[in-house]
Formats: sequence, C-alpha cells, structure tokens
Amino acid sequence: MEQVVLKIDNVVKRFGENTVLDHVSFDVHKHETVAILGASGSGKSTLMKCVNLLEQVSDGQIWLSGTDITDPRIDSDEIRARIGIVFQHFNLFSHMSVLNNVTLAARKVFKWDRDRAEARAMELLKRIGMDQKAKEYPDRLSGGQQQRVAIVRALMMDPELLLLDEITSALDPLLVGEVLEMVEEIKSQGATILMATHEMHFAHGAADRVVLLRNGKIAEIGTPEEVMDNSTDPETQAFFRILKE
Amino acid sequence: MKEKDLDFEVSPIEQERQAYRKRQGRRSILISIASTFVLAGAIAATLHFAPGWPRVQETFFSAHYFAKSFPLVLDGLWLNVRVLIYSLIGTAIFGTLLAVVRISKSPVLFPLRALALAYTTIMRGIPMLVVLYIVGFGIPGLGLFGRIPIEILGTVAVTMSYSAYIAEVLRAGFQDVSPQQRASARSIGLSSGQTVRLVIIPQALRKIAPALMNDFIAMQKDVGLISTLGAIDAVRAAQVQVALTFNFTPYIVASVLFILMSVPFIILNDWYTAKLRKREQTGGMV
Repeated sequence: MEQVVLKIDNVVKRFGENTVLDHVSFDVHKHETVAILGASGSGKSTLMKCVNLLEQVSDGQIWLSGTDITDPRIDSDEIRARIGIVFQHFNLFSHMSVLNNVTLAARKVFKWDRDRAEARAMELLKRIGMDQKAKEYPDRLSGGQQQRVAIVRALMMDPELLLLDEITSALDPLLVGEVLEMVEEIKSQGATILMATHEMHFAHGAADRVVLLRNGKIAEIGTPEEVMDNSTDPETQAFFRILKE
Repeated sequence: MKEKDLDFEVSPIEQERQAYRKRQGRRSILISIASTFVLAGAIAATLHFAPGWPRVQETFFSAHYFAKSFPLVLDGLWLNVRVLIYSLIGTAIFGTLLAVVRISKSPVLFPLRALALAYTTIMRGIPMLVVLYIVGFGIPGLGLFGRIPIEILGTVAVTMSYSAYIAEVLRAGFQDVSPQQRASARSIGLSSGQTVRLVIIPQALRKIAPALMNDFIAMQKDVGLISTLGAIDAVRAAQVQVALTFNFTPYIVASVLFILMSVPFIILNDWYTAKLRKREQTGGMV
C-alpha cells in the first residue's frame, strides 16, 4: 500500500448542539482519489473545511503526511499552502487578472520571483488552453473557465493533497464536462485527491474509493462498485437509486 | 460600451429596428435640448421680473467686485489647500487605523475597540463647527504647547472629525468583501495580514471609492470652516472684503473657487469607477 497522505482519525465537528461530523475516520493514500458522497447537509463540506483548517475540529485528529494538523501549535498557513483547494463558487480574486490569481501564492507565500511564477503559470494555463485568457479578469470568463483557472491556482505549487469541494455544483451541465475532464487528467498524473461531489457518474468513474456520509457518520466506505452498485444496505440503495433516476 | 460597427448583412426587420432606434435617439436629444431651454428661460424670466433682481445682481454678481476680490480670495484659498492636503493624509492614516481596530477580533485589542467605537459614534454626532471650537480654542487654552498656529489646529480638527466618517466607510467596505474571498486567500497559504493587504483592502477600496471621494469633496468644503478660528483662508478673505465693501460678491468668488477645486476630483472619481465597472463586469442592457 502507498503511503498515507491524509489520515482522518475520529473527527467530530459540532456547531452548537448540532453534530455535523460524528467520529469520522478514513485514510487517503498517495495517488489515490477518494470521493465523499452524501445528501446535502451530510457533512461533506464541513469535512473539507476541517481538512483545510478553515474550520476547527471539535474532537479527533487530522494528519497530513504524518503531521497532526489539528495541533494548535502548528503553523496553519504553512499547512494550507501544502494543500490545494477548489471551491464550489470558484472564489477567484475578482480584482486580479487570471495570471495574478494563479501566481499569487507562489509570489507572496513561496517568494518566487515574478518571472519564475509566471512561466510556471503560463505552462499550466497553456495545458488547459487558457493561456490566451491570462490577462483577463475572472468576471469575463465562463463558469467552466473560471473553475479550470481555480484548479490551476490550486495546482500551482504541486500540493500534496488536492481538495475539490463540489466543484461542478455551480456550473451548468454543458460546462461540467470540461471541468471533469481536467480532473481526470490531474488524477492520471498521480495527484492525491479528496473530493466532495454530487456527480455520481464521475465519482463512479474517477474515484478509487468512495465514502458515503449520512448524518455526519460514515455509512459506507469502499470501491465505487461496492458502495454504489452492490450495497446491501436499503438506505444506501435508496440514495443511489434516487440519484440515478 | 458601444458595439463595433461591423458590416453584417442584416434582415429588413433588423434594419427597421435600427432605423427606429436612431429616430428615437434623435428625438431624445431634441427633447432634452428643448426642455433645457424652457427651464433656463423660466428661470431668467422669473429673475428678470423679480422687483429686487437688479439689487441682488449688483450685490452678489458684480463684475467689478468679482475682479477686485478675486486675487485676495485666491490667496486665502492656498491656506485651504494646505490644510486640505495635511488633513487628507492625517485622515487616511487615522481613519484606516480606526477601521482596522473596529474590525479586529483579537481580545488584546478589546479596550482599543471600545474606544474606537465610542470615538466614531461621538465624533459623527458632533457638528464640525463645535469640534473646531473645542480644538481651536480649547487646546491652546490648556497652555501646554505654547502658541500653536491656527492652520495646525484647523488641520487637527478636520482630521479628527473626518477620520470618524472615513473609518466607518472603510469598515463597511472591509466587511462587504465576501467571506469566501478571505477563505480562498487563506487556503492558498496567505497569512492573515497578507489577506487583508492583498485581497480585502483592494476589493473594498473599489467598492467604496465613490463614498470615499464624496467624503473627500465634503471635506474640501468643510476646510472653509477654519475661518471661524480666525485664519485668513478663502472664506475669511471673502468675509473681510464683504465687510469693507458691503457687497457679497466675494462669497461667490470663494464658492466658484471651491467648486473649481472639487471638479477635477469629481471627474476623476467618475472615470475611475467607470473603469472598474468596465474591467470587472460584463455589461448588460439594463
């Protein structure tokens, strides 16, 4: 088995009385793609935010390549810089060109000089056919283009782990394809990906393993075939039946 | 933004629509010209038939007194400009500090936060004139600093008053930037300070540029109040002339100069906001 990049160990997250994540544990190995599935409100997004330290866990631990990132003594900026995240609503910086969006972290966090950062960014943008749009501002791009730029921004520093948080949910169906194709390509290049998604076909095709969350607990975990096709649990069967219809 | 005229073959329907729009456009221009003339004519007629108009004209719009008082008032304006520049710098620094303290969350800063809240609340409630009196006559009255030039006292008073307004505008701007932008900035590894400097402030400034510019223009005008402390600024110079001649035209001179001073900034503001709109938003029909 490949080394463990991300270890989620008995993570609990409460908002007041409300327990959103209830003792969730699983690992993501190097080069593996794990999809988190579940109905709205099942805790997918909260889990992603905990991994990226945008939320604090209420209990349990999260390890990134052997570092306990829930330890309050760690430098959380340094941890975040090692993880790439792509959000549902793209969240590109609206006051910066595409190129500046992509190079910001390299220049300001990793202190690369501008030429080096831009060379790397242009190479990545070229690969997705967006090099012509480098000087444009995000609002001038389609949703699919913005999301692909956001993915490039997340990949810029070769993150140990890529988090994709429902990255196609805000896109119209015609634009979903171009984004998912890009994820397939990143995966084939050996990235380690944890994604929350509603795209069942995509999860089935792209994920090595899926984690099904229900009311903050892991209901099922296994290969897409085990969980999505051959589950014996009636609730799981019902969930996937509704989605497939 | 105007569409570029390209030579496309267009259908008769579109040709008819374009011709109609052109006719409508011409009609709008004619109507606006006509209504402008009617309004101007009405105002002119009212003034012409007003029994006291010749006296008012002589008292407020006398060419003779205009020319005579112009250089003196202009001289005074230079003081306003200096006070304005220093107040502007002071307000930018102090106002930003207040705003940053107001939005800070650190427990250490709690006393400062409470002070900043009290300051902005009180300062926005006190009339500018009272602040000028308190600073202008109160501080020298303490006898701690010897003789302080009136310009400096005026600058301090304007800065104190306007920092409170600017701080609130800035705070609203900072808080208006979507939390997702902050999350996004933090998630690529920017520190809290870098996030504020590189993402929050630039985005906030774009949103509040018109409001800031508006406060700046109001400030330009309020700088004229330092005349109450006895400084010979444009308003005071005009007042002196009025007292000597019993003609109010020097006040009009001062007003014209203040307007001329604000016009470039109004144009600059319009140009800047239009530029941002064009760059960051794709325009629509409405």
